[in-house]
Order: sequence, then C-alpha cells, then structure tokens
Amino acid sequence: MPEVLKAPLVVEFPFTRSLGPVQSAFLTGLRERVVLGVRTGDGRVLVPPVEYDPVTAEEIRDLVEVAPTGTVTTWAWNHAPRRGQPLDTPFAWALVRLDGADTALLHALDAPGPDAVRTGMRVRVRWAAERTGAITDIACFEPYDGDPTPPGDHTGQFEEPVTGIIAPARLDYTYSPGRAQSDYIAALSGRRTVGERCPSCRKVYVPPRGACPTCGVATSEQVEVGPRGTVTTFCIVNIKAKNLDIDVPYVYAHIALDGADLALHGRIAGIPYDEVRMGLRVEPVWTEGARYPDHYRPTGEPDADYDTYKELL
Amino acid sequence: MSAMSKEPVAVVGIGQTKHVAARRDVSIAGLVREAARRALDDAELTWADIDAVVIGKAPDFFEGVMMPELYLADALGAVGKPMLRVHTAGSVGGSTALVAAGLVAARVHGTVLTLAFEKQSESNAMWGLSLPIPFQQPLLAGAGGFFAPHVRAYMRRSGAPDTVGSLVAYKDRRNALKNPYAHLHEHDITLEKVQASPMLWDPIRYSETCPSSDGACAMVLTDRAGAARSPRPPAWMLGGAMRSEPTLFAGKDCVSPQAGKDCAADVYRQAGIADPRREIDAVEMYVPFSWYEPMWLENLGFADEGEGWKLTESGVTELDGDLPVNMSGGVLSTNPIGASGMIRFAEAALQVRGQAGEHQVDGARRVLGHAYGGGSQFFSMWLVGDEPPAT
Ligand SMILES: [Zn+2]
Repeated sequence: MPEVLKAPLVVEFPFTRSLGPVQSAFLTGLRERVVLGVRTGDGRVLVPPVEYDPVTAEEIRDLVEVAPTGTVTTWAWNHAPRRGQPLDTPFAWALVRLDGADTALLHALDAPGPDAVRTGMRVRVRWAAERTGAITDIACFEPYDGDPTPPGDHTGQFEEPVTGIIAPARLDYTYSPGRAQSDYIAALSGRRTVGERCPSCRKVYVPPRGACPTCGVATSEQVEVGPRGTVTTFCIVNIKAKNLDIDVPYVYAHIALDGADLALHGRIAGIPYDEVRMGLRVEPVWTEGARYPDHYRPTGEPDADYDTYKELL
Repeated sequence: MSAMSKEPVAVVGIGQTKHVAARRDVSIAGLVREAARRALDDAELTWADIDAVVIGKAPDFFEGVMMPELYLADALGAVGKPMLRVHTAGSVGGSTALVAAGLVAARVHGTVLTLAFEKQSESNAMWGLSLPIPFQQPLLAGAGGFFAPHVRAYMRRSGAPDTVGSLVAYKDRRNALKNPYAHLHEHDITLEKVQASPMLWDPIRYSETCPSSDGACAMVLTDRAGAARSPRPPAWMLGGAMRSEPTLFAGKDCVSPQAGKDCAADVYRQAGIADPRREIDAVEMYVPFSWYEPMWLENLGFADEGEGWKLTESGVTELDGDLPVNMSGGVLSTNPIGASGMIRFAEAALQVRGQAGEHQVDGARRVLGHAYGGGSQFFSMWLVGDEPPAT
C-alpha cells in the first residue's frame, strides 16, 4: 500500500482592518508615544480602549491619556519565541496595568530570565524606534525602578490619524490527504484513475474519500475508471484567475469518467472553446511529470445521449 | 407530540446598515452595532430588554477574525447574557435567525437579538474559498465558475431561453433602486446593458453576479407578550426549517437539491401551506447569480420542474407581478455574505409588517425568506405572516 502523503500547507493573508474612532485614536497615539484609554460610564479607564461599555453597552468615546509606566499584574515565561513575536530572545508575556488605568494590557516584557519577573514589579514602555500606528509601536515593556511618570492630558485628537491597518495572518499546517486520496494520487502517477466503490450503495467515488458521504460507511474496494469520459456540463471561463497560467477563454468542465458515479473537474482543449457541448466524449492528455492530466480532448466518438449522464449533473 | 405547543415567535425590530463596498469609517464592532441599534430603535427597546444574542457570519477566513463573537459581546450588549454563534456558510444569516427563533419558541428566552454581518472589504472571499490544498488540482474557476455549469445544466434540462438570466438581473437591480439600504443603485440600468455586459463564466454574465459588500442586519424576536408591547405591527413566524446535504455526492441534484425541497416542504407543512404558488404572496430568495431565481422557484415548489423560468419571463416575479421575488433587490444588489440570508428573512418580515417602503408589495400577508450556502449544501427558510400562527 502506498504511503499516506503529507505536505506543509501555509495559509496566509494580509487582512485589512478599519479601526473606527477609538482604535484609530489608540494606535495613532502609540505612533506619537501617547497611550490612551477610554473612560467608562462608571469612571473606570480601560487600556486598551474599547468602543462600547462592557457594563452598560453604551457607546464610549471619552479618551484619556495614561502613563507609560505601570505594574505587572500577572505573567508567563516564553522560553522559545516564535516567528512574528515581539522579541526573538526568551521573554515574559505580561499583563501590565499602566498608571492611571483600571485594566491591564497584554505585551512582551524584556527580562533576563523568569527569576527577574514577578507580579507587582514596575515596568515601563520601551518605544519602537520606528512607529507606524500599530501595537508594535510598543516594542515591549522593560523593568523600571524610577518614579511613576505622570500621564499627560492628551484627548486623542491627532493630525493625520491612522484609520486602517494591515493585519497579516498566517497559519502553518501539515496537511495529509489521507489514505484514500493518497492511493488515488499514487495511481495517477501511473496515469491510472482509481476510485473506490461504496459497499452499501455501490456508487464509485472519484476521487475517493475513504467513506461514502451518503451511506456513512468506509470504502476500500478499488475500481479503475476511465480513461475516457463524458462532459456532463461546463462553463467558458473568460476571466483570468490570479493563480492559474491558462489563457482565456477556456472551458472548465465536469467530466464523468466511464465507470464513475460522480463527475470530476477538468479543462477541455483540442477543440474550439465554443464547440464544446454537453455529452462530448473526452480523454485525458498528460504532460511529463504532472500529477493530473493537463486537460481532456475529444475522442472523436459520437456524443453521449443525454439520458446516459443526466443523473450525473 | 408534546402537550405544550410552541410559543409563537414575532419579529418586532429590524435594522440594517446601508450596504456598501467598503465601510472604512467603522470597525466590525461599529458595523454590527449600527444594525443592532436600528433594530432596537424599531422595536423601541433597550439593551436591557434583550435576554440573549445570537449572531452569525460566513467562514472566519472571509475576514480573518476567529470567533468574532468574543470581541463583539460588548458592542451587542451581550455581557452577562447568553451569546451564541451560528455558522452555516452562505445560509448562515437564515439559520442564525432560526436558532434565535427556536430559543423564543421553546420559551428559553422571551426576547432575543439576532444579527448577521460581513465586512468583505477586510478580506477577499475568493481567496478564502480557494486555499491551495497540497496534492489537489487547483480549482479552475472562481465562485461563478463553480456555479455556472449548474446553470448550464438547468438551461439544458428546462429548455429556458438564454435571456432569462438577464431579466432577473434587470428586475433585481431596478428593485434595488427602491431600497435605500441596497448596495448597488444603478440608476441608468437597462436590459440592454445587462445583456451587453461581459460573459465571465459563460453562461453567467458580469451583470448577473452579486457584488461584494460590507453590511449587517439585525432583528429582535420576541414572544406573544413582547409582541403585545410592540409599537409597530409584528411579523409572525408561521414556519421555519433548515436542511443540509453533502456538497458533492453521487446522485446529488445540483440544479434542484433534495435538501432544498425538503426544507421548503417542512416550512409549508408547519404553516399549513398546500399550494405555495397561490398561498404565498412574495419571496425573498438567495439568488447570487441571476439564473438561481428560476432554479429556486422550482426547488421551492412555486413551479413544476422545468417551468420556473416561465414565471420570470412572463413578469410574475416583478415587483408588481403576481409573485414578486426579491423586492429588495436581493443578493444580486447586496451581498455581505454572512448577512445576506438574514436580509432575506428580514425583508420578508418587513413586507408582512407593511414597512418595506417603496418596495412594499401591496397586501403582502405571507412572505417566504430563503437562504442557501456552501455548494448548495445548507438551506434555511422561514415563512412569516401578518397574523399569529393558528394554535
Ligand atoms: Zn454509499
């Protein structure tokens, strides 16, 4: 039995965020070395600020400046920083209640080791040299023995406020298609298409999934299908997809390989795009080293009767 | 059957944002807040009157905020209250409303705020739908390419003339001009322009596809006691149902999925509807590509198989027709994906409340709201009326 395949899968996207008035002031403040909180209906100051009062649900917009110095309320040591974290040497994740605030802000605390960190210790903001209006404008916190810095009286009005940010997100997976798809892919390397038959409804799934989605039972009986098949339906693609190197227009078709009970997807070529039709008989065209057929081309057989494939639409 | 019947569910508040391509002036919290606030104002209620909050949105990848309900609790006044999130792809706005309605019907809560949203401008739904999965053949077409072959299959099966899709798009875009909340307001729309727009995924033209929108929709659902205090006429839920099926399986009817038929049949059974074509006055259905109007007309039992396009072609589904469809302009005019299903449900309720403004259907007493999602995988629907259900 071929081995089960595995490969890295990275999912990443630069999401954009519209900040709204409160986050806009907060992040613009960081750019200007000002930390802003917001005052709630009952007089508490929340840092980082929020747009709506967690107690009354009322909209809150009363921005108040707090000090860049504060107290660690709790912490955890990070032995092995990962990519994208604030520091590349071991550090503490700390909740810091800034002087003048009633809530704590999560950030990195630069310290030589866990023995140098304790709840209640005094810290201050270490500003990043280059600031753009982002939480990373605070490079980290650092231990601080001096007097509290009195907060200023900024009200959150800035020239050229930051109104949006890019928030890149990245997820690293190890992807495995599982046993059934691995078998299918192994067979494709010999230019054979092998599906699996459901022991209950007898339908042949291509590609196989290892289980029948309607009967809910495992499948294992392998069935070679094709190589020829019938175009059950299709569309003509006229817009170029970003990740595909195919000239438009081209035909994207559902193809029921002979012996399969479900159509798979492929491109039709070797025929003018506007002559492709439902019922067209096709066969795969392979290129050297490719995992999948490059496209399907007409076999020259007469078209299939509608009745022979209408259940596969 | 249980000895105690269900509590009737009433819609007493509806709020929407003005749907646009990008709401850069507000955060996601600010966006949902706007719709929720308008729904409360419509019901003349305050945050304190709400017992629970049920929200929905499309897949997290569409905006990259995992579990947005955590971050949105204070914007929606949910602190100290139960808050649930529902997730059923494009149908989520409908199923979210139905989960909220279930809480009222079961007498778990008296008054529930339900809300659905999408801020499509913060991401790219096309990217979210086409992650490069290792070993798999890349999808050869976008979302339209996924659905276009099914449209061709419908055209073959029904013998519908090529022009039917353009008639739907032309109608929905004109209806949108009467809806101040609709995203697209194409004042100079003509049928010729629709028919001259480029074929993207033949047989689907550019003008026959939905836009990408930022928007939110909220409703306040309540029990009989709450409805009695309502300052405006409530809409009453007469039936509601959800059905699912796999995205792809051998024997799936991609043109008229069984789950959609079963879902509609369940709603009609609950509401005592024997002949939907005669007994239902209007429909807000989820039509992201124009041809889905005739396809769903058949799937929902308003026409026999292969006959749906005749209703469209003969003008029955026009705003002044015998069975108006998508009076609001529909998904073809407004598509904040996660909210699109709830907008259908809310627009159905607006009609029976007589509050749909310029796109009001005179005398609409029973209106169906419909949503679907995934690869025609999830269905959710409700029928609302101007009178409480017979108990
Ligand atoms: Zn089976």
